[in-house]
Amino acid sequence: MNAIISISRRSFIVGVATTAGGLSLGFNLPFIKAALAEGAETAPEINAWVVIRPDDTVVIRIARSEMGQGTLTGLAQLVAEELNCDWSKVTTEYPSPAQNLARDRVWGNFSTGGSRGIRESHEYVRIGGAVAREMLIAAAAAEWGVPASECTARMGMVTHPASDRATFYGQLAAAAARMTPPANVTLKDPKDWTIAGKPLPRLDTADKLNGSQVYGVDLKLPNMLNAAIRACPYFGGKVESFDAAAVASMPGVRTVVQVDETAVAVVADTWWRAKTALDALPVVWDEGPNRQVTSASIAAMLEEGLGANDAFIGAEQGDAGAALSAADRTVTATYAFPYQNHATMEPMNATALYTPERCEVWVPTQNGEASLAAAAEAAGLPVQQCEVHKIHLGGGFGRRGNFQDYVRQSVSIARQVPGAPVKLVWSREEDMLHGAYHPTTRCRLTGALDADGNLTALHMRISGQSILAAVRPEGMQNGMDPVVFQGLVLNGTEGTLGYTVDNLLVDHAMRNPPIPPGFWRGVNLNQNALYVECFMDELAHAAGVDPLAFRRKLMANHPKHLAVLEAVAERIGWDTPPAAGIHRGLAQIMGFGSYVAAAAEVSVTDGQLRILRIVAATDPGHVVNPAQVERQVEGSFVYGLSACIYGECTVNGGRMEQENFDSYEVVRMADMPAVETIILPSGGFWGGVGEPTIAVAAPAVLNAIFAATGKRIRTLPLKNHDLA
Amino acid sequence: MARLTINGAPRDIEVDPDTPLLWVIREQIGLTGTKYGCGVAACGACTVHIDGVATRSCVLPVSAVEPDQQITTIEGLSPDSSHPVQQAWLALDVPQCGYCQAGMIMAAAGLLMQNPNPTDEDINAEITNICRCGTYNRVRAAIKLAANSGEAVQRG
Ligand code: FES
Ligand code: FES
Repeated sequence: MNAIISISRRSFIVGVATTAGGLSLGFNLPFIKAALAEGAETAPEINAWVVIRPDDTVVIRIARSEMGQGTLTGLAQLVAEELNCDWSKVTTEYPSPAQNLARDRVWGNFSTGGSRGIRESHEYVRIGGAVAREMLIAAAAAEWGVPASECTARMGMVTHPASDRATFYGQLAAAAARMTPPANVTLKDPKDWTIAGKPLPRLDTADKLNGSQVYGVDLKLPNMLNAAIRACPYFGGKVESFDAAAVASMPGVRTVVQVDETAVAVVADTWWRAKTALDALPVVWDEGPNRQVTSASIAAMLEEGLGANDAFIGAEQGDAGAALSAADRTVTATYAFPYQNHATMEPMNATALYTPERCEVWVPTQNGEASLAAAAEAAGLPVQQCEVHKIHLGGGFGRRGNFQDYVRQSVSIARQVPGAPVKLVWSREEDMLHGAYHPTTRCRLTGALDADGNLTALHMRISGQSILAAVRPEGMQNGMDPVVFQGLVLNGTEGTLGYTVDNLLVDHAMRNPPIPPGFWRGVNLNQNALYVECFMDELAHAAGVDPLAFRRKLMANHPKHLAVLEAVAERIGWDTPPAAGIHRGLAQIMGFGSYVAAAAEVSVTDGQLRILRIVAATDPGHVVNPAQVERQVEGSFVYGLSACIYGECTVNGGRMEQENFDSYEVVRMADMPAVETIILPSGGFWGGVGEPTIAVAAPAVLNAIFAATGKRIRTLPLKNHDLA
Repeated sequence: MARLTINGAPRDIEVDPDTPLLWVIREQIGLTGTKYGCGVAACGACTVHIDGVATRSCVLPVSAVEPDQQITTIEGLSPDSSHPVQQAWLALDVPQCGYCQAGMIMAAAGLLMQNPNPTDEDINAEITNICRCGTYNRVRAAIKLAANSGEAVQRG
């Protein structure tokens, strides 16, 4: 990734109205026309998204972060598609957050989470590509003195067939950069795509095969120091005292510093020496107010919420209370979902260089602008005097978005060694003890069945933790956290419940333990899908109806939900009995704008679970790169099954008990089933793919385990249960 | 002072003798392809070859490595990413974030040297590295592809 060389170009704001598929989008976006200095050596910037070098290399600017999910390649495909360039000449670079601010946020939102990388920006990046294409055509037409309408652009070349002339983009770029951007562009119909929509290889693979990809932890800067940190392991606690002198003379140690109220850090020549000294550093903690908090006390708090009178209503239809009281037959079950750690393979890290005039941070981040804000705040400098350099992420999963604790810490340390860059790298233990944990919730579900086995009423009472209340209170609605109801609401495009139940109530008793929650890949869809999809299986069983047939009856008004469910059922052979010893389960949900379903085949022999096969289907509306969608779906099962089988952070004495992968086990090769992915893009909407499928992993497997054993596992993780 | 042979070249380094090999490779030698993931031999991100054997370097004190033992890191697996395992990885576009992949590739190359035609069970038993992005199925397929290419045994 090259840095963009100049941000001080004179800029114009041009409104661009567009049409797409015949629809006028009334879309307004500032585009900036580069005014290149005479004789400048920098390659011409056609607009904010596209730079074309004289050798025809096309540099596409990517505002969202690449953390493995393939967004970098997908966004480049969308720009290249409209640009009509030669894909083999495409390379990418990240603009920096400060450049974005300086240019009126021309690249839009940098935040990369909620599976929004592509679905929120596809339109303006495509416009960016189309505008650049039109400017290249205009430049060629002007040079040849022919009408632009007689010229066409293809494969990085503009041609004028009537006069048999042609020229490459690289030759046109400087002139194109001076053209006035068109007022209107028409985006291609996705069915005409030749670059987007194709399973192209990723643009970022080669460097990941030979050790040359640089992650945040790999950064090297001249005169760089290294820092290891330990924050108070007790939630809500802080540093009382530490004995810096005890380690001051250890090899390599430069200084021992307090970091805000909560942490101490050792700065040394190498990280290993910093960590060695930190391990030897005597620290006394003020353990804070939460020493009595345990997993059991949190469970009791949530249990109370299950029966509480007051709750926020997320979905309501008919009168579930009355229908349940009047019902001849009800079924009730209570489920629980524990805390999870993101456990990105690259631990949290950031490198900061502070002087009284300026602060620069190099950081793998899902949200460069949030990193910039955190850096400025921690540095006590105006944001204009700060800069953030985005580095490739060794996994994000939500941990590196909203939460910029490591950025603040790195700047706080750097302020105490001004003039020297300091690389702060967390140990795995620090990462496990200071997560932004997947919140814990419980759910009590009560359903009413009529004499024919139809579901006539359903009450889902969720009790537990709100993420928004802790981290984004501005998103709360009159005290309610709407995100709690992901996948369970009746309206909207993000994730609606796929069942019509005449009497329905989904409500939430908010109970917030003093454990910091965060957006964990899949967010609240994970547990909501577990609750509703396992309970559907319970209801079907109680009604004596096949689980697919039972669901189908409730899904007549939800054809897209049903389509993915039918697809996995058909592929796994739901209507034919499995081989002896093999058992099946199903699940579906809608989330992050996409419809997903999974079918699992498992065997349980002497209590030993084997997940043999997964079939997954996803309808994200449009698909930008089917090969990347497949990878995201496969990866979703690793993440979802890790949570299902092993994932659990337990609280004791006001702190987490798990400190490393030896006690926080995750899915490895031997656990991993074969995954078959069915992609069913029905068009007309843009859904995310990085997260929704995670949610169906656990319920599909748990339903198959029930089929195999007759045991309902209602509390994750599976490792705590005996399946024999 | 310790002498190590890394990627074929002898290196003399000034280092505390109980420093784990991982950190010597990353910080003294400056080769950062080998990654830290856990520090307790639980994840495999730090896998290198020592005399051809895949080894987790985060718990191995540098003093336990003899000067003439051949340490190979991801940077030294081949000069140009042409090792059959790297080629198979490229063909199947295995990496997602990529952070675990150096360790995966070294573990896979080590496995194929010992066992040129591993079964699924062999792969399950020998490749215990953690990938949080979830590349396992493509790792498995790439190991088989590399095995079928037949050269993995001779190349180290
Ligand atoms: S860092 Fe060595 S095994 Fe995890
Ligand atoms: S590719 Fe990201 S951890 Fe394996």
